[in-house]
Amino acid sequence: MSQSSSELQTAVHQSAETPELGRVNRIGYRTIVLREFHRIVRIWGQTIVPPAITATLYFIIFGSLIGRRIGDMAGYSYIQYIAPGLIMMSVITNSYGNVVSSFFGAKFGKHIEELLVSPLPNWLIVAGYMTGGIARGLVVGGVVTVITLLFTKLHIYNVGIVISAVLLSSIVFSLAGMINAVFAKNFDQISFIPTFVLTPLTYLGGVFYTIQLLPQWAQHVSHGNPILYMVNAFRFGFLGVSDVDVGLAYGIMIGAAVVLFVSCVVLLNRGVGIRE
Amino acid sequence: MKALLFEKLTKTYKNGVQALKGIDLEVEEGDFFALLGPNGAGKTTAIGIVTSLVNKTSGKVEVFGHDIDRELAIAKSCIGLVPQEINFNQFETVTTILLNQAGFYGIPRRVARDRLEKYLTALQLWEKRNAVSRTLSGGMKRRLMIARALMHEPRLLILDEPTAGVDIEVRRSMWTFMRDINNAGTTIILTTHYLEEAENLCRHVAIIDKGRIIENDRMSRVLRKLQTETFVFNLRNPIASAPELPGYNVAMPDDHTLEIEVSKEQNLNDIFSRLSAAGIEVLSMRNKTNRLEELFMRLVGPQGEPTAQAAG
Repeated sequence: MSQSSSELQTAVHQSAETPELGRVNRIGYRTIVLREFHRIVRIWGQTIVPPAITATLYFIIFGSLIGRRIGDMAGYSYIQYIAPGLIMMSVITNSYGNVVSSFFGAKFGKHIEELLVSPLPNWLIVAGYMTGGIARGLVVGGVVTVITLLFTKLHIYNVGIVISAVLLSSIVFSLAGMINAVFAKNFDQISFIPTFVLTPLTYLGGVFYTIQLLPQWAQHVSHGNPILYMVNAFRFGFLGVSDVDVGLAYGIMIGAAVVLFVSCVVLLNRGVGIRE
Repeated sequence: MKALLFEKLTKTYKNGVQALKGIDLEVEEGDFFALLGPNGAGKTTAIGIVTSLVNKTSGKVEVFGHDIDRELAIAKSCIGLVPQEINFNQFETVTTILLNQAGFYGIPRRVARDRLEKYLTALQLWEKRNAVSRTLSGGMKRRLMIARALMHEPRLLILDEPTAGVDIEVRRSMWTFMRDINNAGTTIILTTHYLEEAENLCRHVAIIDKGRIIENDRMSRVLRKLQTETFVFNLRNPIASAPELPGYNVAMPDDHTLEIEVSKEQNLNDIFSRLSAAGIEVLSMRNKTNRLEELFMRLVGPQGEPTAQAAG
């Protein structure tokens, strides 16, 4: 096991120099992102396959079988109308799910300490996990888009809105997943929010219908659901129709992203859930 | 230069437990330093504060002159930590764990690959480089944590019970490796419950108990403070009762063994003379415990109560 002192000497002298923190941060960020991406690929059976099967079933049942009997919605066939919502639903749940499971897993297995003792600042750790969440959201969103194209054609009204809406939504839900993971003390608590909060909000967020079908009071209630704005902004990018003001939707998405990012950094700085 | 400096360091947990009660400590660059104490004494809290896993309540901490309140990133880049508990990702391979660790410290991938080979070879883990970490034995996991802590070649290596649960052969080889790392210029702080390990490896020792430093000196000076030592004499022939040795505390655990407590003012020649006069033939002799352990027990006491005797 022994190695001669002289062989180790050079390296010790090199490390006595003050590290260039910009380079440390650049390489550190890339390492976190690559680690997250490799995790997504390594457990593809859990990360990519289930949403692909779910989306296929939605398109078969709601798009092809039931959708034909429903007729048009907002001037488009039902399957075309729900397609953007289904893609966005998979992006939201997977961005959230990636960060909540990865960060909580790191907490549970204590390997989050690898990052906490490193010189990387907390904002960069948040950015790294967030990018991992975005990566999974986009990969799964891409897979669901390909499945969509097997069932229907996708109109593109404004590609910039499509890309920006999907990016902002995945940022928001990646960060929300991180907050869930920070506070979670056991595995039940990382499935509680997705099951009892995220899924109902997604289903009631205009994925499958226009809220104009709802009674007036339910429309008002729906406007309190942030996912409604994301789904509609994304749908606007494809179809050019929306239940909400797209400018307001961007304001909400950008505002939520900023507030959640700052919250994550503050939580890590305070050591909530991760430091004594 | 001071590799590590604590000034009036305190830590009070939310439940009111005062883990550190204003400790002062200095570790010189290049030292091999033992930080000892019973369970719950505050060792891991102190290490946690240095590595920013625990937030301090008050006081000052510097690592190679970098205050952790003002230059945390630079201070952290100087430290390599081998924690008490296994804390790497059990689903990743040995290589992935080490390359990621290097990345978190800004080490380019090419340099990291060279170091990976160097440290895995030195720690006899090279053959396991593609193994998933959960498949490693306990001793291999401990060595992997040492390799991981060395990937950014830190100036200060903190080893929190690095040999816990490893067999004697592996432990001895780890000692040799740690000595080599220290000889190459890396300052090492070691906490361990194997006091033989600390006595063999370390040049300075601090003993912490109930959040206070109760001993802090060169190892050799600390050991000289031991007022008495207990020696075990193995006898050639059985004896019926313990011999009368005025001035000595003598115990007879069995008819072939005597345990005699010898103070600093007394000498072994006198004991041998008296035993010979009593017709008792000694086959061999050894210390009952290693000297640091004896001192430690006298300082900390059986219930962790400090006693005045050992301070001398």
